[in-house]
Amino acid sequence: MDFRDTPEEAEFRRELRQWLTGSLPDDWTERAPTVGRFDVDTSRAWSKRLYDAGYVGLTWPKEYGGGGAPYTHQGIFLEETARIGAPDHIGGIGLGMAGPTIIAWGSEEQKKRYLAPLLSGEEVWCQGFSEPGSGSDLAGAKTRAVLDGDEWVVNGQKVWSSWAHIANWCILVVRTDPEAEKHRGLSYLLVDMHAPGVDVRPLKQITGDPEFNEIFFTDVRVPRESMLGQPGEGWNVAMTTLLHERGTLGFALTAALERQLRNLIRLAKLPTPDGRIPADDPVIRDEIAQEWIDLQALRFTNYRSLTTLAKTGVPGPEGSVAKLHWSETNQRLTKLALSLQGLAAQLDGEGGIWDGFWQYQQLRSRGNTIEAGTSEVLRNIIAERVVGLPRSR
Amino acid sequence: MDFAFSEEQELLRAAARDYLADRWPSDHVVTTADAEPSFDGKVWRELADLGWLDPSLGLLEHAVIAEETGFALLPAPWFSTTALAGPVLDAPLQERVAAGERAVTLAWAEPASWTLRGQRSSVRADGDRLTGSKVPVADLASVTDVVVVAADGLYVVDLVEHPDVVVPLSTTDRTRRLGELRLDGTPARRLDAGLDRLDDVRRRALALAACEAVGVSQRAMDLAAEHTKTRQQFGRVIGTYQGVSHQVANIYVALQLSRSLAYWAAWAVSEGDPEQETAVAAAKAFATESAVLACESAIQVHGGIGFTWEHVLHRYYKRAQWLEAFEGYGRLHRAAVAAAILDGNGTEVAA
Repeated sequence: MDFRDTPEEAEFRRELRQWLTGSLPDDWTERAPTVGRFDVDTSRAWSKRLYDAGYVGLTWPKEYGGGGAPYTHQGIFLEETARIGAPDHIGGIGLGMAGPTIIAWGSEEQKKRYLAPLLSGEEVWCQGFSEPGSGSDLAGAKTRAVLDGDEWVVNGQKVWSSWAHIANWCILVVRTDPEAEKHRGLSYLLVDMHAPGVDVRPLKQITGDPEFNEIFFTDVRVPRESMLGQPGEGWNVAMTTLLHERGTLGFALTAALERQLRNLIRLAKLPTPDGRIPADDPVIRDEIAQEWIDLQALRFTNYRSLTTLAKTGVPGPEGSVAKLHWSETNQRLTKLALSLQGLAAQLDGEGGIWDGFWQYQQLRSRGNTIEAGTSEVLRNIIAERVVGLPRSR
Repeated sequence: MDFAFSEEQELLRAAARDYLADRWPSDHVVTTADAEPSFDGKVWRELADLGWLDPSLGLLEHAVIAEETGFALLPAPWFSTTALAGPVLDAPLQERVAAGERAVTLAWAEPASWTLRGQRSSVRADGDRLTGSKVPVADLASVTDVVVVAADGLYVVDLVEHPDVVVPLSTTDRTRRLGELRLDGTPARRLDAGLDRLDDVRRRALALAACEAVGVSQRAMDLAAEHTKTRQQFGRVIGTYQGVSHQVANIYVALQLSRSLAYWAAWAVSEGDPEQETAVAAAKAFATESAVLACESAIQVHGGIGFTWEHVLHRYYKRAQWLEAFEGYGRLHRAAVAAAILDGNGTEVAA
């Protein structure tokens, strides 16, 4: 057992830290946190710089533009970018979901075609899994794809698709065999978002932001070979995607939570208008300390899961708690941040603290226990697949 | 970065689990706990034969044993001897402990100064005689010697020679009872180790208390899982009801998080890591509170049977509560964390 960096890891961390400091504006760490994501152009340009420096797809195979590095490097990358609050790569869905699934299931041709532009940020991916009638119940998907000559013809509707409005490609779960048992009738397509018949409509969230979208497919023609796995294998392919969404995500979540906690501590040290310092209040101190402890619990649970992954090739069962724990911790943290602001907690723009940063974060956090597996589904998974209780349905 | 025990440490765990399962099934734990406490030389020699009292064991080995003894609820003064008194014993006494001849506890608490942190003892030494009172003292009636924190240093009192200084007290957790030590010109031997060692004792004890709490949580979860997999109501196994199964899932989540923190804390203390103070505070607060909650949920999903004296669960619940109370409830440790992360400059929160 040893939590310190190996000499080689320490060298990687040192170089990365230096690169980040040199690549971000001089006053970067003094700036107030901002609500909005960076505009698409800035975000794409930053993604390209990360890519050119070799920091994107660190653990992916070298022949497809990745770094061929051990998982610990990805962990270090996320820790260091969180520490300095660096912007995210534009292609979160591609890096976390589409890419690993293409690596696992794609043909040589598909890997060559899709992976490099995904890493460089040139092409953005979105996810077409949930539908109005099937959210947690993915196997109930109704969007149809019918083979017509050498093309699949897609009709249906997807929902909750982050980044669909700027996406080039979509990983799409469709029903290709309505007669088969519901898990066996699904297939997994890679769909060009600029194809005729694809209609993206932004969905306003409770934050007022259109981060999610609905996607309507009307007679969209997709080349027959743009499929991962065989027709009918869609469920298994989608499980690979979700495994990556829920598995290797742990480090990204730790990084995100660490960033939030740093912001919270910064906030708690700002004097309120009546001259009090929230960080001096024993009740607030207790709650902030609990957040810190929850963060460390998440961090070291990831380390444990990563060690199991490195030793056995599969993430340990302890990894299944990461998303569940993170989402509820983040919700508590953002509510705590609002509670330090009095009635000013209602000001969500100019005149509010950091132009409404916390107001946005708190509302956005309500999605954390819903997206990427609701907490109820995750508890079912833990109870049934990890603890071994009988199935609830 | 490597978060795994060594092969030797895993062998130690397997051997501990085998011994405890074989020698300490629940009914034997209960019989022992309900008997009057005393030093049991036979049990103690078994632990010595296993090597658990060997002074050469490191803190990570202790962490493994603490977790397993928590899981089995071993009613012997291993925690008191190893985690509390062990670090300050001198070589002759260490040898007798390792041989299984002596068991030792540490007496630090008194009403006006009950924590190891910032301990101010009112026990006075007059040459080699001690006068004063210490209360509560863990396992006082089950050991042969007690190390006393006096105002000017550490002393050891032979309880076989001076049994009348021990006053047993009724204790919720009968597997780790408390007592009062009443010294009145009682002969004692001064130890070389000084009061400055108490910080190290405290950190080690907090880390090991966290590990023991992990063992308690694991047992609570196993009992809850076993019961909810088999118990039927309304024609169905109750584990199929999400109102029940989600409580079990919650125990699992808290257990895994506790385990990560407890191992981290043990490692940090064993390496003298700069983060060791916050690590032990975090681990102790989180793991012991989680163990209490795990037992409460386990009792709840057991229904009426979980509320009976007959069922073993309340024994685990009481151990979890003992651990939660030891060296202060969670808020005291969170106050230490808060001081570390809020009272410095900047917003450094990384571990």
